[in-house]
Amino acid sequence: MKELVVSKIREGTVIDHINAGKALLVLRILKIQPGTDLTVSMAMNVPSKKMGKKDIVKVEGMFIQDEELNKIALISPNATINLIRDYEIERKFKVQPPEVVEEVLKCPNHACISNAEREPIKPRFYIKTEEMKVTARCHYCGRKIENLDDYIS
Amino acid sequence: MKHLISITDLDKEDISYILKKAEEFEDVAMGKRKLRILEGKILGNLFFEPSTRTRMSFEVAMKRLGGDVINMTAQEASSVAKGETLADTIRVVSGYCDAIVIRHPLEGAARFAAENSSVPVINAGDGAGQHPTQTLLDLYTIKKECGRLDGITIALMGDLKYSRTIHSLIKALALFEMKIYLISPEALALPDDIIEDVGGEIKRAKLEDVISEIDVLYVTRIQKERFPDEEEYRKVSGSYRITAETLKKAKDSMIVMHPLPRVDEIHPSVDATKHARYFQQSFYGVPVRMAILSEVML
Ligand SMILES: Nc1ncnc2c1ncn2[C@@H]1O[C@H](COP(=O)(O)OP(=O)(O)O)[C@@H](O)[C@H]1O
Ligand SMILES: [Zn+2]
Repeated sequence: MKELVVSKIREGTVIDHINAGKALLVLRILKIQPGTDLTVSMAMNVPSKKMGKKDIVKVEGMFIQDEELNKIALISPNATINLIRDYEIERKFKVQPPEVVEEVLKCPNHACISNAEREPIKPRFYIKTEEMKVTARCHYCGRKIENLDDYIS
Repeated sequence: MKHLISITDLDKEDISYILKKAEEFEDVAMGKRKLRILEGKILGNLFFEPSTRTRMSFEVAMKRLGGDVINMTAQEASSVAKGETLADTIRVVSGYCDAIVIRHPLEGAARFAAENSSVPVINAGDGAGQHPTQTLLDLYTIKKECGRLDGITIALMGDLKYSRTIHSLIKALALFEMKIYLISPEALALPDDIIEDVGGEIKRAKLEDVISEIDVLYVTRIQKERFPDEEEYRKVSGSYRITAETLKKAKDSMIVMHPLPRVDEIHPSVDATKHARYFQQSFYGVPVRMAILSEVML
């Protein structure tokens, strides 16, 4: 059996094939913040046959919803999800970029109403994927974001 | 419910329908025929930014159709803005009227307003964003004055980078397979991503090279504030100013349009030529807005 970079978990979610260096952003997308009770382990820049280098995130004791996991495709369209039960992979899938995201991205346009401080507004973006390149367009002002990494809220 | 937020929410058929309807209202807009189809309806004009023409032409359009108007001016808006969110203002005002016209400095404000409104919302300009009723009246002008929309050759001149009028218009022009020439200083060129978005036949050009070919010359203002210094502004803006002389080689039927107000990009000598259509264009704002108002309220 293959050696695991991070220790085996009994139950939980393993996010594999994350683009190298993006593990922290993955946590941000999943809204796993400092102060969390969850046991989370992370490996960065581990060697990968497919990708050269990759990051891995493991969240113990929790099966994260597919809808949440698919948001990872915004910054890492190659990521794969492994749901672990009794130390075995119960289900495995590749993330699919959602068509619309709310409250994940922040609009780069300072003159956009979605950045107005006191308004009860949820930033909302339409996602497009072309040849593995993911871009987003603001529902309110129409601004296009090419480098999504920089605008994860 | 029907809102009018962006010209891109409309397809070619929707646009043609509104323009056709506007034509039926033209004599009413001129006061030659009385029509009271919006009697008992109230329009709420919410202008968070100063405007005279757009606000007045909506007011006229509403009144010519027998309706009433309540106004919130930019000055009143600024005191509202301190205490109240846009969402709340809209929730309150949509309880007072049958449709809202909004102009706001922030992009996307009209769409957000629509999401919080219990009555139809019409965007009258959201910052550098959209101004769909201007686009519709521009198209109406071309249709009326050139006899058609399809296959027209048009040159857009001036500030193509920041002008929301241009950004709105160009998307609609592409729908009608127009041939588009872009005439602007380097620093005020139409952004590449918009050119890509629009697709179709678009080329950068010099006015003197295309003047004899075009059906429409659409001129916009070049703002001083866009330039780092006065000197640079003067150098550049001078070559984007048209006079009767500039138009000598134009086709007889070529028309000159401008969203107004103009500063000095169109010399008064042009006013008396057979090409000038900008005042006609601004009148056309009335029947077009009548068509839009009756469409969203009836
Ligand atoms: N029980 C477990 N606990 C923690 N991680 C696991 C467990 N089982 C598999 N993994 C991790 O899940 C990912 C996918 O595993 P696997 O399907 O065996 O590899 P690959 O997808 O590279 O072929 C790997 O990163 C592996 O380390
Ligand atoms: Zn935006």
